[in-house]
Amino acid sequence: MQRWRGSVAANRPLAIPPPRAEEVILRFMRIDWLLVAAITMIMLIGAAMLYSAAGGSASPWAGRHIIRYCVGLIVMLSVAMIGARRCFALAYPGYAICFLLLIGVEIAGSGAGATRWIDLGFMRLQPSELMKIALVLALARLLHGAGPDSTDRLYVLGPALLLILAPAALVLKQPDLGTAVLIVGGGTAILFFAGVAWWKFGLAGAAGAAILPVAWSLLHEYQRNRILTFLEPERDPLGAGYHILQSMIAMGSGGAFGKGWMQGTQAHLSFLPEKHTDFVFTMLGEELGLAGGIFVLILFAIVIGRLYRIGLKAESRFGRLTALGVATTLFLYVFINIAMVMGLAPVVGVPLPFVSYGGTAMLTLQIGLGLALAVAVDRRDPLDGPRRLS
Amino acid sequence: MTSPQEDRQRFTRRALLIGGVKAALFAGLGARMYQLQVLKGERYQMLADDNRVNVQFLAPRRGVILDRFGRPLALNRRTYRVLITPEAAKDLDAALDKLHAIVPIAPEERERILRQAGRNAKFVAVTTHEHLEWEAIARVSAHMPTLPGVDVVEISQRIYPEAAASAHPIGYVGPVAKEELTGAPVLSLPDLRIGKAGVERAHDLALRGVAAQSKVEVNAVGRVVRELERDPGASGETLVSTIDARLQQFVQNRMGEDTGGAVVMDVETGDVLALASNPSYDPNIFTQGLDEAAWTALSTDPAAPLNNKAIAGQYAPGSTFKMMVALAALETGVITPRKAFHCNGVHKLGAGRFHCWRRGGHGWVALHDAIAQSCDVFFYEISRKVGIDKIAEMSRRFGFGAPTGIDLPSESSGLMPTKDWKRARYKQAWHIGETLIAGIGQGFVLATPLQLAVMTARLANGGLAVEPRVLRMQGDAELATQAPRMDVAASHLAAIRDAMRGVMTDYEGTARKAQIPDRALRMGGKTGTSQVRRITREERRRGVIKNEDLPRKERDHSLFVGYAPLDRPRYACAVVVEHGGSGSQVAAPMARDILLEAQTRRSADWLKGAANDGARAEAPSHAPDAGSRLFRRRG
Repeated sequence: MQRWRGSVAANRPLAIPPPRAEEVILRFMRIDWLLVAAITMIMLIGAAMLYSAAGGSASPWAGRHIIRYCVGLIVMLSVAMIGARRCFALAYPGYAICFLLLIGVEIAGSGAGATRWIDLGFMRLQPSELMKIALVLALARLLHGAGPDSTDRLYVLGPALLLILAPAALVLKQPDLGTAVLIVGGGTAILFFAGVAWWKFGLAGAAGAAILPVAWSLLHEYQRNRILTFLEPERDPLGAGYHILQSMIAMGSGGAFGKGWMQGTQAHLSFLPEKHTDFVFTMLGEELGLAGGIFVLILFAIVIGRLYRIGLKAESRFGRLTALGVATTLFLYVFINIAMVMGLAPVVGVPLPFVSYGGTAMLTLQIGLGLALAVAVDRRDPLDGPRRLS
Repeated sequence: MTSPQEDRQRFTRRALLIGGVKAALFAGLGARMYQLQVLKGERYQMLADDNRVNVQFLAPRRGVILDRFGRPLALNRRTYRVLITPEAAKDLDAALDKLHAIVPIAPEERERILRQAGRNAKFVAVTTHEHLEWEAIARVSAHMPTLPGVDVVEISQRIYPEAAASAHPIGYVGPVAKEELTGAPVLSLPDLRIGKAGVERAHDLALRGVAAQSKVEVNAVGRVVRELERDPGASGETLVSTIDARLQQFVQNRMGEDTGGAVVMDVETGDVLALASNPSYDPNIFTQGLDEAAWTALSTDPAAPLNNKAIAGQYAPGSTFKMMVALAALETGVITPRKAFHCNGVHKLGAGRFHCWRRGGHGWVALHDAIAQSCDVFFYEISRKVGIDKIAEMSRRFGFGAPTGIDLPSESSGLMPTKDWKRARYKQAWHIGETLIAGIGQGFVLATPLQLAVMTARLANGGLAVEPRVLRMQGDAELATQAPRMDVAASHLAAIRDAMRGVMTDYEGTARKAQIPDRALRMGGKTGTSQVRRITREERRRGVIKNEDLPRKERDHSLFVGYAPLDRPRYACAVVVEHGGSGSQVAAPMARDILLEAQTRRSADWLKGAANDGARAEAPSHAPDAGSRLFRRRG
């Protein structure tokens, strides 16, 4: 083991030895299967809701949802199996590719009929979604390399902020407020976990508050409306406030145990908007009630808890930051989506992971979870020196 | 220099801190769910139901009104409406062309249809034709298979076969006015008509029936998804009125050109057999909605055709009031039937001079002659002795001064003055002279023709406090009548009736010329002539101007109350002819003809036996076919 430290691999500390059969099995067993089971459960609940949303049919949503999940599952396990070192190595190239795709979408979509995706045939790829994970990875690598003492230095913090703000600005310009919030929120969390001084966050918060009026003026009309509507849903009960009001009615009318699967009147009589995408949790609340909603929330808490466990056990800074970055991104998705459909947050267009219909968000998070699983698999590997398996 | 251990500890601290924040935020989401779904769950459940459940009403079929023998007074006629549903028609223009070939559509109508269709959702039907007759509908229905999206709906329209003759007691129906909306959802139905006057209004709720209700589930754009439940409702009840349509018609016609009111009552039951008010109007013109000009003409006509004078007109009763004064005097012991007073044509009270209608007076008169010859001085004497409050008390027992409570809208209460009333109303003390004027039914005293008929009935039936009514049966239920006996001495009533016979049969009787010749049908009665102007002392000296020489609106009202037959009274009648002049010349012959007709209606006796059966047989069944759709077809 010691042998490649000083030799060929002296300036390639991440060189990876060829796998051996028993090692592959060992690594496979280290995957957090409880986490995988929890997200599979969430996905199945999502599929059930999509089945109901289609009026009791696997097409057009539920069937594809499961297939996409299965494809994503293979990707996720593959990422987990290739190990933390390869992920580490791919962090910057991945970020670069995502950033280029984002710019590409921005240029291609600048004309009429703006799009946020690249059509791959079998699915539409949204670079802004992938960016969330690429950013987590790139930041983790940057802060890993900087070490605990340089983290607060400008030559680390500057590039880190650039990594966060450049894609956020592009996404905001699209305009996609929800994704921008997720990118900035996820990135900031990683900086915090890495040990950036408290007072800097206070300063950034103050600065953010100061530019709020400017940001307000840069927002699109509909975005401003959404925020105003959030603050006061009855402002326009038939217009912008209609959706959130109907969503709350659907949610509330579900009661403790719901109206029963496929029995939601608000959802099935089209009072509920976007019931298969962003508002799927409302439909879940209507049909399965408080019990169903809490159950899903608990499953997400289990997933996030497992990610914390992975992060806290990881030997490397990269591993710790990656696991908690993914956990925070997942948390932000879930929290913003559920808060939004219950009238606690403005409607910003964030899907509920593994439940909402939509390919990229699920794939993104599966890749993210795959990274966290890779960290779990290689949790003893400090990445700096020779690989430690156990 | 931070050691890896320190770095790791810091990481763990911060991770746990953020983890705690996340847990708190998740708990917040859970709390919000609990708040929405459990604490406010019922409210949102209600809102969700409000969203999805629509209640649709179908106008119930209005109950018919029959006369006491089962003859129709208010019926429903079927007319038809044609509707087109753009969604089902697919090509609306082509469909309208086809429909136009069968039942013509005017160009401006077509424009309206297209405009309306453009404004509404595609599944909302638009009316193309209203009030189509059967013949046109037969043509449409024959072409139904080639007319996708066309529907025919049956609508019932109110008709009044007796037209103007029954307008006052029966009334009419019309569309619901804004101020009549009580919140009952059925009132918002565009096809619903509600009673605006007469029995139609007084018994509107019974006639209206219960609207059929259909609870449907609708989606967000308002399309009906399915029917949740249906309540068939019930058509309105059949009402059998106390009115005798033929007698009613006779009375209405007998009044001819004269304005005023006339009432015929059954003295035993209080049944109002006829309730006429002249002029009248045709209630049928209201059913399809009345245009502005016609309405203005009706409502501003000085003869007030819409005003039911028989119950709403208030007139000084004049000498027809003398029976009340006499009864009060008898009861208080001021007079006996034999007590006589001397009439020399004028009664002096202080500086005031109160004249008898006959110059030179009647000489010595007692009760019988005082009523038969309508001596005013006799009544000045006794009313002064009795006092206004006693007179008022007696006349109230006979129905004066308060609404009789007949089941018709807008009845007037008349006026029966007392000392307290005057003090409250005018802040002045009562003058004894006002008692004298009231004693001959003038001055403050006011009564409606119906009140006069009720008084007459109570005199004629020997003191039963009958109450007038126009409704005899509701559905299958005969409405009971039970009149309590009044606290009036029978011997006094007999004396009054004897005097009322004298009016008709005495040589000096004021209405001797109006007596019915047939002994079996003879009547008793009392004339009345009520002044509408003041006769000055100057005019009195030169000679009172004859009515014929006065402008019409200054002429006296002509009144008569009577009953028949004499020995076993059955019918009471009151007639008021506005500005008709002397009671004996105008109102008395009219009342005579009416009472004669009431007694000799051949139809009455013949139908009497079959009355109840007849009424039932002719009453339509209660099948709830309200607003039912014929030929319903969705393309």
